[in-house]
Amino acid sequence: MLLRPKTEEKIAQAFMYFFTSVAVLVLLFILAVILKNGVPQLSLEFLTRNPADMGREGGIFSTVVATIFLTFIALLVATPLGVGTAIYLTEYTIEGRLTRIIRFGADCLAGIPSIIFGLFGFILFVNKLKFGWSILSGGLTLAFMVLPTIIRTSEEAIKSVPPAYRLVSFSLGSTRWQTITRVVLPSALPGIVTGIILSIGRSIGETAAVIFTAGSALRMPSSLFSSSRTMSVHFYILAKEGVSMPKAYGTAAVLVIAILIINILTYYLMEKYIRRKL
Amino acid sequence: MTKLERNDRLIRISLLMVAFSAVSVLAIITIFIFEQGTPIMFKYGVRSFLLGGDWYPSEKSFGLLPMIAGSLMVTFGALIAGVPLGLASAIFLTEFSHRRLTRILKPVIELLAGIPSVVYGFLGLMFLVPFIRENFGGPGLSVLAASIILGIMILPTVISIAIDSIRAVPDSYREGSIALGATKWQTVRMVVLPAARSGIIAGIILGMGRAIGETMAVIMIAGNAADIPGSILQPVRTLTSNIALEMAYASGEHREALFATGVILFIIIMILNTIANLTSARQKR
Repeated sequence: MLLRPKTEEKIAQAFMYFFTSVAVLVLLFILAVILKNGVPQLSLEFLTRNPADMGREGGIFSTVVATIFLTFIALLVATPLGVGTAIYLTEYTIEGRLTRIIRFGADCLAGIPSIIFGLFGFILFVNKLKFGWSILSGGLTLAFMVLPTIIRTSEEAIKSVPPAYRLVSFSLGSTRWQTITRVVLPSALPGIVTGIILSIGRSIGETAAVIFTAGSALRMPSSLFSSSRTMSVHFYILAKEGVSMPKAYGTAAVLVIAILIINILTYYLMEKYIRRKL
Repeated sequence: MTKLERNDRLIRISLLMVAFSAVSVLAIITIFIFEQGTPIMFKYGVRSFLLGGDWYPSEKSFGLLPMIAGSLMVTFGALIAGVPLGLASAIFLTEFSHRRLTRILKPVIELLAGIPSVVYGFLGLMFLVPFIRENFGGPGLSVLAASIILGIMILPTVISIAIDSIRAVPDSYREGSIALGATKWQTVRMVVLPAARSGIIAGIILGMGRAIGETMAVIMIAGNAADIPGSILQPVRTLTSNIALEMAYASGEHREALFATGVILFIIIMILNTIANLTSARQKR
């Protein structure tokens, strides 16, 4: 059937309006439901008291602490590795087979599902290295997971530093490393921070990789080797086992609000410092 | 050699080692998953793993066919739900919408990517599953529910990569087409989309990878019965859920069989990644 071009254009436009609004409405629906049901559960008490009776009572304090510890370890390990890789790729070498291999590795790592990271962390950290289900095992697993994100964003950030900066620094007699630490990295810092914040977001929301490496013990983490339950794992267990829907919504609201803040912050930083879309 | 120069060389070498971290992590993961998963596959025969229809770990029957079929079904369903939605949004945001609207909508859609998968699963369980149960019958926990939720979850991947590749099409193409008297939509359909094709396909393949690898959301809404579903209203178990559901209590050969599940998943993902990499490299060239 042949349509008149004008009619076809109208129909196509109508479809695109419709589909785009569906995509946006779905997002708004998700946010609205979680916030509407979750925010009434929130209180200072909810955030500062430990869960009691398997999560039916009390708050989520210990899970918040566990999430922060895990994320902190992940970034402590992943940031130097990721930024170092980015520095090497941009400042120390030219495009060639080596950089292709490194980029391919990072791309593949980015595509590996979190459950595979979970299996891997379980075998290596929990079993072979005998860290047990612990903050340390979970944190290291997450570090590997967010590594590609940090490499990517840092690389973009370092690339966006104008070459003239480096030339001036070299002309003043600085070595390459001095140029990197005193000129390149300071100007690339906002972009690097963006990658770190993005990784915080991923770590907070991750469940499958964490549940098999950090475990799901509902208690306050006391050392690197104590098993503990993060917010997202707690939420998963509350919701899946139907322990307590109000508490599940409350936990989800905390998660979603944290993610919202993180996304808005990264968007702002990206717009301000790196114009290029990653 | 001065001290500074020596330091610089030391730094270069250590950075080179750091730069191999991602590749080494990838290698270590591959080695560990295969080391744990392949022996049992060879012991019972690769065929019986891939084509066996019965998953009864306690009776040493490790047929993964229902899970492989399940993963493929929900992934295919996710593409049916997500790709038209994602492509239409990407075309709208790049070619038709007002600049200011795009600046608001794009980050909003990207926010979808940041929402934890457990939240998607939870909402699917609270709203979609009862809806399907009441309107279409069946238990609600089904291929259909999983496909729709996964379709939403791959939207940000499909949309942002499609937007990037549509934007990479030179404006002169569009101008040439408009100058020949084509309408905007004809230009998009006959000039822009064909030029951006490989990037769009790469985005769709990456979306497939996300869908096939998604675990927590699927566990909550797919019903997880280890049988090949007869219709889209019946429950389904994917490769990922198979691992996540039983890992907590599995031991011995049962645990090895779960790693074998991981091996199959890993191979599928690596194939998809490589295809996506190659297709997007083609566009860059």
